Amino acid sequence: MTNQTNKVAEKQIIPAYFGEFGGMFVGELLVPALEQLEQAFVDSKTDEAFQAEFNKLLTSYAGRPTPLTLTRNLSKNPLAKIYLKREDLLHGGAHKTNQVLGQALLAKKMGKTEIIAETGAGQHGVATAIACALLGLKCRVYMGTVDCQRQQPNVFRMKLMGATVIPVTAGGGTLKDAVNEALRDWSANYDSAHYLLGTAAGPHPFPTIVRDFQKMIGEEAKAQLLEEEGKLPDYVIACVGGGSNAIGMFNDFIHETNVKLIGVEAGGKGIDTHEHGATLSAGTKGMLHGNYTYIMQDKYGQIEESYSVSAGLDYPAVGPQHAYLKETGRAQYVPINDDEALAAFQTLASSEGIIPALESSHALAHALKMAETVTEETIFLVNLSGRGDKDLAHVQTVLHPEASNNKEQN
Amino acid sequence: MSQIHPGISQRYQQCFANLAEKNEGAFIPFVTIGDPNPEQSFEVIKTLIDSGADALELGIPFSDPSADGVTIQQAALRALSSGVNTDICIDILKQVREYAPQIPIGLLLYGNLVFARGIDNFYQDMADAGVDSVLIADLPIRESEPFRNAALKSGIAPIFIAPPNGSEKTLANVAKYSEGYTYVLSRAGVTGAETKATTPADHLVAALKANNAPPSVIGFGISAPEQVKEALAAGARGAISGSAVVKIIENNLADNKAMLTNLSSFIKSMKAATVK
Repeated sequence: MTNQTNKVAEKQIIPAYFGEFGGMFVGELLVPALEQLEQAFVDSKTDEAFQAEFNKLLTSYAGRPTPLTLTRNLSKNPLAKIYLKREDLLHGGAHKTNQVLGQALLAKKMGKTEIIAETGAGQHGVATAIACALLGLKCRVYMGTVDCQRQQPNVFRMKLMGATVIPVTAGGGTLKDAVNEALRDWSANYDSAHYLLGTAAGPHPFPTIVRDFQKMIGEEAKAQLLEEEGKLPDYVIACVGGGSNAIGMFNDFIHETNVKLIGVEAGGKGIDTHEHGATLSAGTKGMLHGNYTYIMQDKYGQIEESYSVSAGLDYPAVGPQHAYLKETGRAQYVPINDDEALAAFQTLASSEGIIPALESSHALAHALKMAETVTEETIFLVNLSGRGDKDLAHVQTVLHPEASNNKEQN
Repeated sequence: MSQIHPGISQRYQQCFANLAEKNEGAFIPFVTIGDPNPEQSFEVIKTLIDSGADALELGIPFSDPSADGVTIQQAALRALSSGVNTDICIDILKQVREYAPQIPIGLLLYGNLVFARGIDNFYQDMADAGVDSVLIADLPIRESEPFRNAALKSGIAPIFIAPPNGSEKTLANVAKYSEGYTYVLSRAGVTGAETKATTPADHLVAALKANNAPPSVIGFGISAPEQVKEALAAGARGAISGSAVVKIIENNLADNKAMLTNLSSFIKSMKAATVK
């Protein structure tokens, strides 16, 4: 039995676990597809042509490197220096485009002609539609009906770029239900289709692949900040839903032990209510969507619905590496409520002329909270993971319900 | 198999031996425990037994059944919204075991329900309730070691799925680690009667036999008596039908009596097809 177990383990060519978190919890049917993906990913690391094409797309198509902006008016405390990593300026409007280009190239390398994706805020769906249009892949995107409602412009964007958007009515009609549906589709179509998972979660090897295709965020930011300040930041802050922008930002700082890493989760209406998405702050260990991590569940293991004003953070699980960073104490995870995020959204717009995504507004809100209290010069590096265009209609409805009702009647 | 793990329940072995003597295959219906509600659920399962089911495959409802098609998803939601949880499932299982002391009872469920109870506790509680086997839909061989060990410790047969795309090595492992029976997938995709089995399972069944696997039982997309015959003709020792059975529950939610009558005639027709 031991020999056999070792043989099974030999097939893992990159570690499937971060401490006790991660793994490949899928039906036996999907294991060959995931192992094929793992092999293609490992091969791509030493494939110069692949790396050259990926880098070329990142620079000449997506717009990397993205700038690092020192905010001028955001904090009233002169001791707080808040830098923004401007993933909002990336083509597609968010960091999502980075890893999607990488995975789409892997899909082509594996000879797949179709792409299946899930989306919450629509940002991953849009990024996937972009990559598929560019690289000639057939694209279908699963999206919860609730999310389709609150992210209408992104549904239209995806359709414009040739993607088929499939609304998912099951469950709460949000991201987790879209993931379930994408997994079902993939189970039937893995021969021709690649499942282009949108965050650093899901079964191995996705958490590793997505992190590695996002890690340029932190690498660039570190170099840019060293150029500006000649030193590393005190705090690196990013929002966490599934956790791809945060892990991409954190990765190059994990071994810089003087740099504090803070992941900001969706506090929704408060973590003492049941309406939030703060999996690491208020969840428990369990398994969802192929990996063992922190999840929101009842005592029997039934998954609870998450909630957030921001669709991209509305997910009752989190990437396994974040679970590990929490468990080891290397990163800290905190909740920010809807109203705090909405306030930060407006503050950045009026003080700096930048409209952030509601997801990124959570990270910003926490940075602002901390900035008020610092008593010596402190450098904050905040990942502004996306822009807020997609959220305008929704925020208007939340802030001015009457005005938006009138508008709808017109 | 049983020689290696003498603690494992003998009900499957006994069942297949009895059927072989009568020159019959096994017909194994699946329903979700607690569907449509805890009270009616026992009546449903009792009807399956009374109508000739050779063994039972029972699901514990899960909120996110990503390996299931829409029919079984709905069954899980019906059960959950009627208040069913793992404890209630255990109560129902005990009732079933008391009613039918010899019938093999297999569980089909998702891994998080096992994690939530604690792996060892889960298997022991199920053994105490009279369960013979456990199949976890989202647990491949490569993640299975702690689950297998807990199962064997509690005398429960771990079941693994032999997929149509399984490599020789995968099939060898499925054969090695499965006890009781082997679940053979007749096609890719999720559960559901809408998509029929496409690939003949002969080669899978043959490969499993060559590896001394426990008896092969074919599942996924089996909804008519001729498919049961085909499964047996492919060399399998039985067939599992899930969505087609659950559909009968769904179609008769307003009439409990009709539900049981229709279930009974469906089970009888499927069972009749196992007589060689």
